[in-house]
Amino acid sequence: MQNKNIISVNGPVIEAEGEGDFSMHDMVYVGKDQIIGEVIKLNKDVATIQVYEDTTGLKIGEEVIGTEAPLSIMLGPGIVGNVFDGIARPLKEIEKKVGYFLEKGCNIDTINIEKSWHFRPVVSVGDTASLNTVLGEVKETKVVINKIMNPFDIKGNVSFIAEEGEYKAKDIIAKIKVDDKEYEISMVQKWPVRTGRPYKERLMTSEPLITGQRVIDIMFPMAKGGTAMIPGGFGTGKTMLQHQIAKWSDADIIVYIGCGERGNEMTEVLEDFPKLIDPKTGNALMERTILIANTSNMPVAARETSIYTGITIAEYYRDMGYNVAIMADSTSRWAEALREISGRLEEMPAEEGYPSYLPSRLSGVYGRAGMVRGYNGKIGSVSMIGAVSPQGSDFSEPVTQNTKRFVHVFWGLDKELAYSRHYPAVNWKISYSEYIDKLRKWYEENVDENFSNNRIEIVKLLQEENELQEIAKVVGQDVLSDSKKLILETCSAIRSGFLQQSAMNEIDTYVPIKKQFRMMKSILNLYKESLKLIEIGIPISRIKELGLFDEYVSLKFKIEDENLYKFDNYDNRVKKMLEGLLNEYRNHPLGTAFNNYK
Amino acid sequence: MLGRVFNGIGEPIDGLGDVENYISRDINGVQMNPVSRKYPRNFIETGISAIDGLMTLIRGQKLPIFSGSGINHNALAEQIIRQSNIKDADEFAIVFGLMGAEYETAEFFKRSFEENGVLSKVVTFQNLSNDPSIERILTPKVALTCAEYLAFDLEMQVLVILTDMTSYAEALREVSTLKGEIPSRKGYPGYLYSDLASIYERAGMLKDKKGSITQIPILTMPNDDISHPIPDLTGYITEGQIVLNRELYQKGVNPPINILDSLSRLMKDGIGREYTREDHREISDKLFASYSKVQDVRALAKVLGENDLSDDDKKYLEFGEMFENEFLNQDSNEHRDINQTLDIALEILKLLD
Repeated sequence: MQNKNIISVNGPVIEAEGEGDFSMHDMVYVGKDQIIGEVIKLNKDVATIQVYEDTTGLKIGEEVIGTEAPLSIMLGPGIVGNVFDGIARPLKEIEKKVGYFLEKGCNIDTINIEKSWHFRPVVSVGDTASLNTVLGEVKETKVVINKIMNPFDIKGNVSFIAEEGEYKAKDIIAKIKVDDKEYEISMVQKWPVRTGRPYKERLMTSEPLITGQRVIDIMFPMAKGGTAMIPGGFGTGKTMLQHQIAKWSDADIIVYIGCGERGNEMTEVLEDFPKLIDPKTGNALMERTILIANTSNMPVAARETSIYTGITIAEYYRDMGYNVAIMADSTSRWAEALREISGRLEEMPAEEGYPSYLPSRLSGVYGRAGMVRGYNGKIGSVSMIGAVSPQGSDFSEPVTQNTKRFVHVFWGLDKELAYSRHYPAVNWKISYSEYIDKLRKWYEENVDENFSNNRIEIVKLLQEENELQEIAKVVGQDVLSDSKKLILETCSAIRSGFLQQSAMNEIDTYVPIKKQFRMMKSILNLYKESLKLIEIGIPISRIKELGLFDEYVSLKFKIEDENLYKFDNYDNRVKKMLEGLLNEYRNHPLGTAFNNYK
Repeated sequence: MLGRVFNGIGEPIDGLGDVENYISRDINGVQMNPVSRKYPRNFIETGISAIDGLMTLIRGQKLPIFSGSGINHNALAEQIIRQSNIKDADEFAIVFGLMGAEYETAEFFKRSFEENGVLSKVVTFQNLSNDPSIERILTPKVALTCAEYLAFDLEMQVLVILTDMTSYAEALREVSTLKGEIPSRKGYPGYLYSDLASIYERAGMLKDKKGSITQIPILTMPNDDISHPIPDLTGYITEGQIVLNRELYQKGVNPPINILDSLSRLMKDGIGREYTREDHREISDKLFASYSKVQDVRALAKVLGENDLSDDDKKYLEFGEMFENEFLNQDSNEHRDINQTLDIALEILKLLD
């Protein structure tokens, strides 16, 4: 045991002096309550330690015990469907032990080692095994098979493998022999949270992460293994959007990190997710979700770690060949935790009081996302979606700006849109996705060959609308020509009938990509058909009277996912009504001019 | 403790002697385990149309009022206390924390409690503006510890009013500077967010417990600036905000709530058929969208002049006026139940059809 004694306490930061031999990032136990801390600075005999719990009541002279190992978490079956705090302690177990309020020094293992799992081997004695070789499988939840992997970076032969049956997490289920040495393997392994898990090679992203949200999947798509950020001031719907993605995206496993956010929001997830059905598997969403909760009143040092805990868990499942998506809500709170601790360490502050290492930490976090081929040959991915809460909705602040440098998708939320209850309030004027070209092939092969062209047409229309609105602001809408007015009318329908999506409506909350495409196609069809009439002089007011635009807006609530043919019905009605209008003009005594039109 | 008045650190100052048979608690409180919380869903009817209709208050919510100096936010808080149906629950209590308050403010609330016969249900912790500022840092914590005792030990419905959080944050800054800590935004300590969170997050409900803590902190935005660190950080922690607006106040609209800035995050799950009325969501979405359009039209009217607006736009202008005068504006003694509120809304929405 290596010991030191406390010489100063400053909020979550303490200093300890003594003979003990501590290393950087070692995990330590502090004081009589044995609360967990981590060494973050060493200076001769003095170690500076950040403590993951409230330090009220600590006294000078109390003991700090070193563990001679970096801060690590346990990985194994039983993680999916569970709720953890920032350093991966199971909150439900803590509740069972100490009741509704958190207590200090409640050190419970991440994995319940008393629980039995049904283990099924997939290798036999004599097979070779190297790092992350899958030795057996455990059905962790209804949808997740936990693959028990060799945790050691060794190459050897399997000398023992347990038979199929019930085992507890720490029972030895395999042995691997390398020369004269035999390594014993159980279902759990430990991994230091600040070190990325290794893989063989990084792959290019090529497949979208389908979220069922139109503004994302069509306008600004996200890739599996990609990185995205959602900046937005308070009340713009960051959390709602994160929840929507967590609920409906087609990842295999979701890691939701509630980092310094509201307690009630975590409760909402906890109450809702077990009830919601995953459209892909037909099982409850909780069966594929892992929650990490460090609410805003929980210790600030654990907030800093919660992101790393989440990524480590995500990488563990990635190595099994799963597509994992991480939602971090919000990374600003994480950056503020860095700032707070940095302030306590009396480090020289950089921009707005944040430490100068903020950008490198941010790039370190987002850099752990990606699609990879592991040492066991399996391809898996970690996608990372971070919410950012800029102070005063000002996107020029350091966290937003620095995150922007490291992510490929930017979903900027807009206060004005949120004011008019246009949700998701993703502002199409400032948002972007760098994956559009990479994913183009996938969309064209899997959705429709015209997908990209249609997408571009929508973007163009919206852009033109933006310019027209600037003009209309100065001179009024009346002076615009009819074809321009048609653009405004179409875009108004695109906004409310297409971009706007209700999370509360059963049909609209999740929309399959095929339906999204159909919706896009119908509005473009309406626009093009109407434009033909306007070009030959039929006034827009007459087209508007037909009510086709209003009908389009209501379609999203009316057409179920399985009845996409109804879009064809709508398109036919558009054709018929516009034709009717044209005939009316043709039959008019002065309407000869329209006869040339086919 | 009910009916008593204490100073900022919990000592009785009403001359009625010490509290007997007491238990002592750490005022820093302990954090609720997120898995032990119960998601708040029960609607509190305040009888104020703007709040009930558009930013519904939910039992167990923390919903602050963002105000400015000179805007009569105390009257709004007082009206909420007076009219809210939480009052009808048998086990009901108000914990009232005053930080750096003027004598008159303290007295205003005291009188109002007296007149409404709820004084015996109120625990007051008062730290007046001439009391030591170090005590001000403790006041909300003392008040919330008391609230937790009432809510979770005695299972009561507790409404906590904290005013004024700006004075609290300023006291925190004062002490932090004296301690020689490195200042962050506008001189406030870097841990202001964590510190405010440790106060606001003490609202909520626990599963299997009947009691609840609903928090209405009041803060004055320095210079009416919503991006100032105090309102900004508060908004990131609380479940929405009610923002008062000076322009509306000067127009004589009472309560002068700027609905576009305001929001209740828990509203989405606390309204609808089971709680209020089936068409509630639809009506409120429409009001928000239309009123936001009114702002655009008003800006346009300033440039073009009202006469040059299209007929559609003129309708919106009219709607804006009606909305402010008929829906937002109400007498401070007027109690509108949720049906009345929604019916008025439907009536004025007809203008736009």
